[in-house]
Amino acid sequence: MHNVRPDPDALLASLNREEVRARRGQLKVFFGMCPGVGKTYAMLRAAQQELREGTDLVVGIVETHKRAETEALLAGLTVVPRKQVTYRDIQLTEMDLEAILARKPRLALVDEFAHTNAPGSRHPKRYQDVIELLDAGIDVFTTLNVQHLESRADAVRQITGVPVHETVPDSVFELADQIELIDLSPETLLERLREGKVYLGDRAQAAAENFFKDTHLTALRELALRFVAERVDKRLHELRASSPLKTVWRSGERLLVAVGPSPSSTQLVRWTRRMAAAQGAAWVAVSVESSRPLDADAQRRLEQNLALARELGAEVVITHDDDVADALVRVALQNNATQIVVGKSRSPRWLDALRGGNLADRLLRTSGPIDLYVVPAERTAEKPAPWFDWRPAAPSPAHEYAETLGVLAALTTAFWFLTPFTGYLAIGMLYLLAVIALSLRVGRGPVIAAGVFSALIWDFLFIPPVFTFYIGKFEDGVLFITYFVVALIAGHLTARIRAQERHERMREDRATALFHLTQALSAASTLDDAVFAALRQTDALFAAQSALLLGNDDHAGLTPHFAGSFTLDEKALGVADWVWRNRKKAGRFTDTLPSAKGFYVPLVRENTAVGVLVVRVPPEATLTLAQRDLIESFATQLALLVESESLRAAGEREKLLAESDKLHRALLDGVSHELKTPLAVLSGAAENLTTADEPTRAALTTEIRTATRRLTRLVNNLLDQTRLESGALKPRLDWCDAHDLVNAAVDGVQDSLTGHPFEADIPADVPLFRADAALMEQVIANLLLNAALHTPAATPIFLTAGVDGSRARVFFTVADRGPGFPLEMRERLFQKFQRGDAARAGGLGLGLSIIRGFVTAQGGEIVVGENPGGGAVFTIYLPYAAHGKVPTE
Amino acid sequence: MSELAHQPDILVIDDEVQIRRLLRLTLESAGYRVREAETGALGLNEAAVQRPDAVILDLSLPDMGGLEVLRHLREWSHLPVLILSVRGEEAVKIAALDAGADDYLTKPFGGGELLARMRVLLRRAQPAGEVSVMRFGEVEVDFAKRTVTKAGADAHLTVKEYALLRLLLQHRGKVVTHRQLLREVWGPTHEQDTHYLRVHMANLRKKLEVSAGQPAFLKTESGIGYRFTSAE
Repeated sequence: MHNVRPDPDALLASLNREEVRARRGQLKVFFGMCPGVGKTYAMLRAAQQELREGTDLVVGIVETHKRAETEALLAGLTVVPRKQVTYRDIQLTEMDLEAILARKPRLALVDEFAHTNAPGSRHPKRYQDVIELLDAGIDVFTTLNVQHLESRADAVRQITGVPVHETVPDSVFELADQIELIDLSPETLLERLREGKVYLGDRAQAAAENFFKDTHLTALRELALRFVAERVDKRLHELRASSPLKTVWRSGERLLVAVGPSPSSTQLVRWTRRMAAAQGAAWVAVSVESSRPLDADAQRRLEQNLALARELGAEVVITHDDDVADALVRVALQNNATQIVVGKSRSPRWLDALRGGNLADRLLRTSGPIDLYVVPAERTAEKPAPWFDWRPAAPSPAHEYAETLGVLAALTTAFWFLTPFTGYLAIGMLYLLAVIALSLRVGRGPVIAAGVFSALIWDFLFIPPVFTFYIGKFEDGVLFITYFVVALIAGHLTARIRAQERHERMREDRATALFHLTQALSAASTLDDAVFAALRQTDALFAAQSALLLGNDDHAGLTPHFAGSFTLDEKALGVADWVWRNRKKAGRFTDTLPSAKGFYVPLVRENTAVGVLVVRVPPEATLTLAQRDLIESFATQLALLVESESLRAAGEREKLLAESDKLHRALLDGVSHELKTPLAVLSGAAENLTTADEPTRAALTTEIRTATRRLTRLVNNLLDQTRLESGALKPRLDWCDAHDLVNAAVDGVQDSLTGHPFEADIPADVPLFRADAALMEQVIANLLLNAALHTPAATPIFLTAGVDGSRARVFFTVADRGPGFPLEMRERLFQKFQRGDAARAGGLGLGLSIIRGFVTAQGGEIVVGENPGGGAVFTIYLPYAAHGKVPTE
Repeated sequence: MSELAHQPDILVIDDEVQIRRLLRLTLESAGYRVREAETGALGLNEAAVQRPDAVILDLSLPDMGGLEVLRHLREWSHLPVLILSVRGEEAVKIAALDAGADDYLTKPFGGGELLARMRVLLRRAQPAGEVSVMRFGEVEVDFAKRTVTKAGADAHLTVKEYALLRLLLQHRGKVVTHRQLLREVWGPTHEQDTHYLRVHMANLRKKLEVSAGQPAFLKTESGIGYRFTSAE
């Protein structure tokens, strides 16, 4: 099955590892075979070297065990003070992770990689603290003994007989960029031990002595050396995998291991991991959930086993089936597994035979081309699972039992009267019929009960001699036993069918839930709607409360979404933040911050977390593995949605940018033209001024003045437009006199109006109205200017004002006899950079846009219409209300 | 002006070197002496040490706002101050005028306009003798008798109209803000009642101007106040 082509997954994984490593801190492990070889000493010496090279380093935690030569090496190093933790009235000290993260050194020393933190710490394990440090870009030196390696712990226990409690997953150990093996010959070590130079910890003296036996030390040393050698080998392999020149492809292999709740499964997982590592293969751990619910203890052990598999690098698959062999083969085919690993059966042979062969036998028959490994389990104190579990798969409700008993009682009464006519044999058949009929209605428990009871009743009341359980004839005996067996099998079969139905339904429920979710998500028109729908579904489906936090645009923090069904307190926000930053699950049912109330799942897309989903069930309730799996699927769906939403937003932004870009170009073109013309006039005129004669000089001065006015107008327009758009324009409403406004406006544009017959007719009775006088002056001036510039010379311009019929508005009207505007142009006219079709060259098309902006800012409006008899009419309306009384004296 | 015995000293406080140069050219050609200051702090220092006759102050200075310079200056000095501002800064302009600036000019401005404003400022600053009678157009105002006639006939001004006219004439050539007028004539509680002003000014124009629609003397400064002008 050896593949000769590159496995894209492997290549990708290799690339990913490179990428992640680039951002992470570097991990260096000082690795030894057992305590006392001098790991801490070596680490501190390396640290001193770093210090001499100017590296910014701190001591996170170092255990010197009061040894003078080690303590001497601490000199000159910055030690981060330990955190005091109180647990059950005992004062403990732990490494202060927050303090180190806040200090952000280049390098941190963290002794004893496998240490278990005091309860209530952020992480249960110190190696998780280290991972966080690495994630924060801090390099870490740490120390580890071979017996603390997850995959070697068993071997060490077998060698020394001392159980190992604190272990580090191999996958974590593989994060190490550098491993320094601290080797010491067993003789030297024993000598050190005799001299009292080795700290033995709290270990019982006897156990310690057992540990430090010459033979054991040699074995441990070999274990440590072999491990490091294997790793070097694997590194080499990795190197080869990423080099384009290599010709040897080993790993199309994929291993699959069946994981159950038993401790032997733990060994199975470790065994498979070693196999996979040796072959350079991926591996999958499969758990098959049957219809029989596990008790809490077994469930916990199963989860531990699966967690272990996950830690050791396996992909975990959970499936439902009552037939384990079928399920394994199915998953194996789905995952392209080439090898299946199962434990050796420890059931009695006769029972296996009864079941149609043990698991290995049945797999052998159905697995086809897939290789099968049957691994013997080590004997443990564990008692084997009972060979037949009498507990019903799912307890049947009491009413089913009541129903069954009722039916039996009624039938028995009826049969009592029937038996003289039919004989007791027919009665037996009728009972059997009744049991089978019942099995279609009630659960396995009641059916089996019905089988047993009906058999006994039949025997007692009908089979002669009646009223005794004694069976007189041989044929009756055979008949009775047959009856009993048939009834039981019927009950059992029914239960199987029903359980399958239930699983079918569960699978369907899951599919339906996901379907409903995707449907709700696609139906929602906004992200908010979608989140709302998704959270309500989560609430209903898991009988839980749920909340969602989304990453802010600046990637600096999380904001809770308003659709959450509970409010996150300070602590919960902290957990969510951790999950978001580390892109890992946390909270209840996990290893990180397991004391938190909720289950926290990151929404991950393309290596970045876009948010966090929090699901909180009541403390007495729990979420099964399958449910958590479904929640993670939900999170994936939500992450997809958030991502597509942000892509859409980005697209929209881009479109807007393009649009504004277009506008800017138009503006730039217009402005540069409008600026260059008067500037050319100015510089030309200025140059000629010195040499020109007197009359020319006067003409040039006029030109300069005209150019300046034009420039001023342009700059003012641009500034006004900017003020309008930036919202800086705040009209100061005040009582205004129409006459005053018109006078001031006309004064300002007097020069431009020459050449047009101009008439301003403001009736004397136009009342005061509230407006911003400066803005209105400009509005009127600009309207007049517009009329003057865009109508043929000598055509008249007319200005008037008044109060309209309803006395709710005042108006100003500027009418001209120019070409006017076609209907379809009139609305467009007030948009910026719009110029009349017949407009003369020059002008930016800002004038009317500004006028409208000013008028609207004062609560008014401007309309353009047709002047009867030709030309355009601009009318400005402003709200009007009479002012208060003015005292005459 | 160039024949003035005493050459008035003008301090220009503006951060734009080109504006300072232009002001110096314009003012010196009209016979003034010009000092320059680049920042508000330097300007205040110069004003205290050199005691100029008038100050031209730009409202937008880099170190401190022109308004602040003005407030510091007004703590110890009544020097006439002309404010330079740009369009769209009405609120600041009014604040400066209310804070004691004597007049304002909006950039860009012409040289003639500048010199006219300077003349008005310096005239007021000179210890003018009590004027008892003023004439403009056909109008004659006798401050001693408190009478106003137009073409020899009594103009029938009300008390408030007379008070308004007197105030504008006292500050002739200079802008007087709405607030100043309202406070002086109606009292501080009426500072916001600008419609009083509009109504009374309209009446005043009807009684005194040749054409009330196009006043020659009682001019409106849109959004700021009123100014009495006469081409003496």
